[in-house]
Amino acid sequence: MRATARVVAEANGRGGTRLTVLRGESPLLLRRTGPDGGAGLTVHLVGGAAGPLRGDDLSLRIEVDPAARLDIRSVAASLALPGPPGRPASRLRIEARVAAGATLRWLPEPLIAAAGCDHRAVTVVEAEAGATVVWRDDLVCGRHGEPCGQVRTDVLVRYAGATLYRHELAVGADAPGWSGPAVLGSSGTGGAYGSVLLAGPPVTATAAPAGPAASPAHGTAVIMDLAGPGRLATAVGADIRAVRAALDPLCERLGEPPEPQRDQAMATA
Amino acid sequence: MVQHPEAQAPGPATDAVRHSHGPGIAGQQPVVHAHGPDEVPHTHPDPAVDPHEPLLHGPRALRVGIGGPVGSGKTALVAALCRALGTRLRLAVVTNDIYTTEDADFLLRNGVLPAERIRAVETGCCPHTAIRDDISANLDAVEDLESSLGPLDLVLVESGGDNLTATFSKGLIDRQIFVVDVAGGDKVPRKGGPGVTTADLLVINKTDLAPLVGADLSVMDRDARARRGELPTVFLSLTQDRAATPVADWIRTLVAGSQHATTG
Amino acid sequence: MSLTTLLVLADGRLPAGGHAHSGGLEAAVSSGRVRGMADLDGFLQGRLATAGVVTASFAAAACADPQRWRDLDAGLDARTPSPALRKASRAQGRALMRAGRILWPVPALDRPAAQRIAPHHPVVLGAVAHGAGLVPRDAAVAAAYGTLTGPATAGVRLLGLDPFGAHALLAGLAGACDRIADEAAARAGDPVDTLPAAGAPLLDIGAEQHATWEVRLFAS
Repeated sequence: MRATARVVAEANGRGGTRLTVLRGESPLLLRRTGPDGGAGLTVHLVGGAAGPLRGDDLSLRIEVDPAARLDIRSVAASLALPGPPGRPASRLRIEARVAAGATLRWLPEPLIAAAGCDHRAVTVVEAEAGATVVWRDDLVCGRHGEPCGQVRTDVLVRYAGATLYRHELAVGADAPGWSGPAVLGSSGTGGAYGSVLLAGPPVTATAAPAGPAASPAHGTAVIMDLAGPGRLATAVGADIRAVRAALDPLCERLGEPPEPQRDQAMATA
Repeated sequence: MVQHPEAQAPGPATDAVRHSHGPGIAGQQPVVHAHGPDEVPHTHPDPAVDPHEPLLHGPRALRVGIGGPVGSGKTALVAALCRALGTRLRLAVVTNDIYTTEDADFLLRNGVLPAERIRAVETGCCPHTAIRDDISANLDAVEDLESSLGPLDLVLVESGGDNLTATFSKGLIDRQIFVVDVAGGDKVPRKGGPGVTTADLLVINKTDLAPLVGADLSVMDRDARARRGELPTVFLSLTQDRAATPVADWIRTLVAGSQHATTG
Repeated sequence: MSLTTLLVLADGRLPAGGHAHSGGLEAAVSSGRVRGMADLDGFLQGRLATAGVVTASFAAAACADPQRWRDLDAGLDARTPSPALRKASRAQGRALMRAGRILWPVPALDRPAAQRIAPHHPVVLGAVAHGAGLVPRDAAVAAAYGTLTGPATAGVRLLGLDPFGAHALLAGLAGACDRIADEAAARAGDPVDTLPAAGAPLLDIGAEQHATWEVRLFAS
C-alpha cells in the first residue's frame, strides 16, 4: 500500500493557527481535533488500516509556517506487522519543516514491532533558527511475550542550517546485540525505548538540570544537553510503562507558550 | 605550506628532498637543508621553526612524581609539601588514585590547595600504567593545569598506591620521589625494586612508628645506601614534621636549579 | 599500506589513553547488566553494531580525506547526545593526537584549530592513519576493533573474568569487524549526514550516570 499525507499550518493573523492543507489517504489519515485554544492546533493521525505491513510505503509531510503552532498526535499505537512474505520492508518517511518562530510538537503513540515485522522509519526535520521542535518517538519491542520484529529508525534533525541530532536504532534478529546490555538490555523479548528531543529557544531559556533522571519503575532514563541548541531525554525500560513514566511528564508542557508562573517541564523533571 | 618528505609514500622522492628540521628549538641552530635537483618545488615560511609544533608552549613547571606502595603516606606527604611550598611557589597537583577523587578530596578537605589547582586522573584499575606506560591522561592533566592557571613553578604528580615496581616515565616527570614506610617492614629497602633503587629521592616515612613495629632504622639506612649508591634517602615523620622539611628543601633546590637553567 | 604500521596503530599498548576507558562497561557492570562472560559477549556485540560502526565509518572518512575533519567532528557531535561520551571521545582524541603526531606526520592536525578543539577520537584516528600511510579500511579496522578492546579488558579487570575467554570473544568478532570496515571504507566519501548513526541508548544512559559517580575506576 502506498500512501502520502500532508499538513501545512500557518499563523491566522490573530495569534492563532490555521491549516491550509490537511490531506491524507489510508492508512495515513489526518484529522483536526478541536479548536485552537491558544496553544496551537492539534491534528491526530487516525489509522485507516492495520499496519504498516511489509510492502507499505508511507510518506508524511509536515510544514509549519512562521508563528504557527501545531501538535501532531495519534489515536492509537501503530503496529508494524509481517504482511505478505517476500515483500520489501514497510517504510514510513516523515519530513517536517518548521519555520522561524513556529512550534511543532510530534507526540504520537508508540510504534510496536510485532513479531515478524520488517519496518523502516525515516524522519527528517529541518528547523529554522528560532523554531521550536518537540519530537517524541517510542518503540515497543514486540507484543506481550512474543519476539521482537525488525525495526530500523533513522532520525535526522537539522536546526538553523546545522545537523543537531542524528540517530539510528535497529532492533530485531538482524541487529546484533540490540537486546544486550549495551543497547536496550531487554534480553530478547519485551523491552521499550523512548526519546524526546527538544530543540529551539525554550531549551536555552530553561535552566533545566541535565543528567540522570529519577529512575522510573523498571527503567532508566537520562536528560542530555546536545552539542547544539537542543536537549534529548532518553528512556529504556522493561515495558512501555517505564518509558512513559519517564518521558510523559517531560512532554506535557514542553514547547507550550511561556507563562511566567510556570516552570518548564524539563526543569522540574 | 611545508612539504614533509615523511608524509609521502616511500620512494625516489624521499631521496630527492632531504630536510633536517633541527631539534625543534627555534633559533638555536641553522637547519640543515639539502634540495635535490629533481625535487617538487616548495617553500619554507621560516626554516628555523619546526612545523611540528610541540604540544607544550613556553617554559614549563618542574614536574615531580611521588610514588610508593599503598598506605606509605604519599597523599599526606603531598599535603605537607603543599603547605610548605604553596605560599612561595606556583603549585599544582595531579592525583592518580585508583578511586578517582579520593586523594584530590583529601587535599581539598585539608584545605592545603584550592580545587582549581588539583586534577584527578582515572587510571582504569592500573595506576602504574597511567604513570609509566600510557602517560597521556597525566600529560593532559598537567597541560590543562598550566593552561588554566598560567605558568607554574612546580607540578606534583602523585601516583596511585601500587607496588615496589611502579615508577614514573621520564616522559611525564623530571624527578621522582619514592615513599616507603617503616610499618611495611625494615626489609623493604633491601628488597629493592625500581622504585627504591632508582628514585631520585627515597623517603622512609612514619619513623615515629619504628619502635612500635620493631623496625630498625639503621638497617634501613644501610640497605638504602647499598641499593641506591649516591642517590639521597631521607627519614620522615609527618606527625613530628608537618612541613616535611627535608623533602620540601630537596624540591626547593630542584625548582631553583630548573628555573636557573630556563632563564640562564 | 603497511600491515605492521596498522598493528602499531591498533595495538592496545599504544600510549593513547585507551587503558583508562572501559567503553561503558564499568557503568554496565555497576548497573548489574553485565555480570559474566555471556553478558560481556552481548555487550560487545551491541557496542560493535552501534559505536563500532559509527567509529569505523568516521575513521574511514577522516582517513580518506583528513581535510574534512571539522565536518566529521560536527557529525560526531550530532551522533553523540551524551555530554559525557562527547567528553570521553575528545579526551581520547586528544591523547591519540599527541601520540600520533609524534609517531607520524599528521598535517591536518597540525593546525592550531585542531590543537584547540581536540577532535573526536574517530576523526583523529582517521587523520593519524592517513598520516601513517594507511588506507581508510585500515583506519576502520583499527577503529572497530578499538571499540571492543577497552570493554573486553575492563571486563577482566572489573569482574575478574578469564582473560582467555574475553579474548576469545574478540577473536569471535573479527569477522564482524572486517565486514564493518569494508562497509565503512566503501562509504568513506559519503556526505556526513548519510554516514551511519547507530545509537545505543544504554551506553548513553550509562555514561551519564557514570559521570556523576564520585568513585570510579575508568574515565568512561
